[in-house]
Amino acid sequence: MNRIGKKLQALKDDGRKALVTYIVAGDPTPETTVPAMHALVAAGADILEIGVPFSDPMAEGPVIQLAHERALKHGTSLRDTLNMVAEFRQQDADTPVILMGYANPIEKMGYDGFATAAKSAGVDGVLTVDLPPEEASEFTDVLRAQQLENIFLIAPTTTIERQRAIASQAGGFIYYVSLKGVTGAGHLDIASVEQKLTEIRSLTELPICVGFGIKDGATAKAASAPASGAVVGSAIVSAMANAEDGKYDSIPTIISDIVSEIRASLDS
Amino acid sequence: MSSTIDFNQYPDNSGHFGPYGGRFVSETLMHALDELEANYARLKADPELQAEFDRDLAHYVGRPSPLYHAERWSRETGGAQIYLKREDLNHTGAHKINNTIGQALLAKYSGKTRIIAETGAGQHGVASATVCARLGLECHVYMGEEDVRRQALNVYRMKLLGATVHPVSSGSRTLKDAMNEAMRDWVTNVDNTFYIIGTCAGPHPYPELVRNFQSVIGREARTQCLEMTGKLPDALVACVGGGSNAIGLFHPMLGDESVAMYGVEAGGHGVETGEHAAPLTVGVPGVLHGNRTYLMEDEDGQIIETHSVSAGLDYPGVGPEHAWLKDQGRVEYVTIDDDEALVAFRKLTQIEGIMPALESSHALAYAEKLAATMSPEQIVLVNLSGRGDKDILTVAEIDGITV
Repeated sequence: MNRIGKKLQALKDDGRKALVTYIVAGDPTPETTVPAMHALVAAGADILEIGVPFSDPMAEGPVIQLAHERALKHGTSLRDTLNMVAEFRQQDADTPVILMGYANPIEKMGYDGFATAAKSAGVDGVLTVDLPPEEASEFTDVLRAQQLENIFLIAPTTTIERQRAIASQAGGFIYYVSLKGVTGAGHLDIASVEQKLTEIRSLTELPICVGFGIKDGATAKAASAPASGAVVGSAIVSAMANAEDGKYDSIPTIISDIVSEIRASLDS
Repeated sequence: MSSTIDFNQYPDNSGHFGPYGGRFVSETLMHALDELEANYARLKADPELQAEFDRDLAHYVGRPSPLYHAERWSRETGGAQIYLKREDLNHTGAHKINNTIGQALLAKYSGKTRIIAETGAGQHGVASATVCARLGLECHVYMGEEDVRRQALNVYRMKLLGATVHPVSSGSRTLKDAMNEAMRDWVTNVDNTFYIIGTCAGPHPYPELVRNFQSVIGREARTQCLEMTGKLPDALVACVGGGSNAIGLFHPMLGDESVAMYGVEAGGHGVETGEHAAPLTVGVPGVLHGNRTYLMEDEDGQIIETHSVSAGLDYPGVGPEHAWLKDQGRVEYVTIDDDEALVAFRKLTQIEGIMPALESSHALAYAEKLAATMSPEQIVLVNLSGRGDKDILTVAEIDGITV
């Protein structure tokens, strides 16, 4: 069991929900990312999900697309992202870190090269948005050889057959996409989330975290009620984007305000 | 090598052309693709849909499009006889309509009421808006801001046809970004929405179904060439952006071993400058827009901006079947740069009285080079994939003229 499994188990033993937070590496500048990661943990994030900038982030809504564009303005690459994780690890040996991105930058580095580099940087899991189980088996094997978890999405439209295929490769936790659409969209239908989670639980022992459409403490609490935790992305990224140009020192405070509120709500 | 391959067996059951193609999309899109695949499998054998498709191609598009012997141009070139497959004479002025009619019928028979499409040059957007107007379907077209500027006439045509044009300001503001945005729309509105992809790229089953709808070009051209000349062409030439007009021409003749095939990519300012759109010529395999194919990317795997004078070729990827045909050696992929294409544009206009699209002008420029190396009894068949009216403002701008 790597850091992800241990953390989720510990939270479960404490009767608490996991708070998974997402920011994009290099957004708004490369210098802000590692301090932001520490600020997320200090404010109560349990697992950090770090977006790897990509030129064509097809599954993202406008908020996170713009974050990818800001990061790419500074040329933040997959290699840079791994360096940021390594720097974060110098002061934080415990918080699980997941990379979330798209297949092409990883393929460019090569599966083996990437997995070795990710392991040595201190990454615990990888979520590759455009690598569904049909195309992922080789990558899953390479990750497993490095004790890295391949984390998969399950959507409201995912059939039971596909859930089974996903469960056979998935590690860490299942990321349940709580609504149709891109990241940051729409609003949540809690009843349908509950129903789908029951279905998923019949196929896998993995914990389930719910994401997409979680904006604040109240939605995080509601969405995570039937699950092991909640994933918050666009809300944090859009607040960070409001930090005035050049005044990036305020980002840790901005993060702290949002994440503390969600943490408090989850623990209430 | 190619003689042992049955090209009709591809894509395989999982949607791959050898290592290319496939379905590299977010889980949120998988159900929509499964549904599309199932609907297509059911409907491609549906006699009612097929009859409606054939009827529309004949009476609405105006097929078969003529095969035209460009005698004067052939004589001046002094080599092989050049024949033009006149897709420019189709309703809406390009080959795109073959595919949009096919997909719109799939949408209709699948009970979808809302159509989305991406467009580069605007030809696919216009073709989609046209078919939607006729079938009474709501139509939304995504188009990069840069292309909206370059192709103002087509934007207005789409609006007149009742479509909503959504300018896309993300990324490089061209075709690839329009495609990203259309995918996002589809994920969000998947219940009532059909995404008509305009080229033979994207996740399975799009490359297959676009190819099948466009293959009418090659089937007709093959028959027409046999009727007119008593033999098959010695060479086929077509421009390749995403590659739908090329695959439509090539596919029905892939098994005819005597027929050489050339796909012409956009050399832009010259392949050596890096400012071009020639992934098959200088790119490497990677994953973009739901399929594995040749891409233009940087050393970090980021997709890079392309350049071509023709918006329709300005795309950093290419249909996965082309990637595979390149590796098999069945089709040779070459480049023609902006200047060469513009020369061909003017030449065909002045010598034959046919104004070609800038995209097709790339194929014409290469065909001329190729024909010059061949003998007069040989035949080069070029896909004249679209007409050049839409490009008049671009050419005028290059000439320093305000129209």
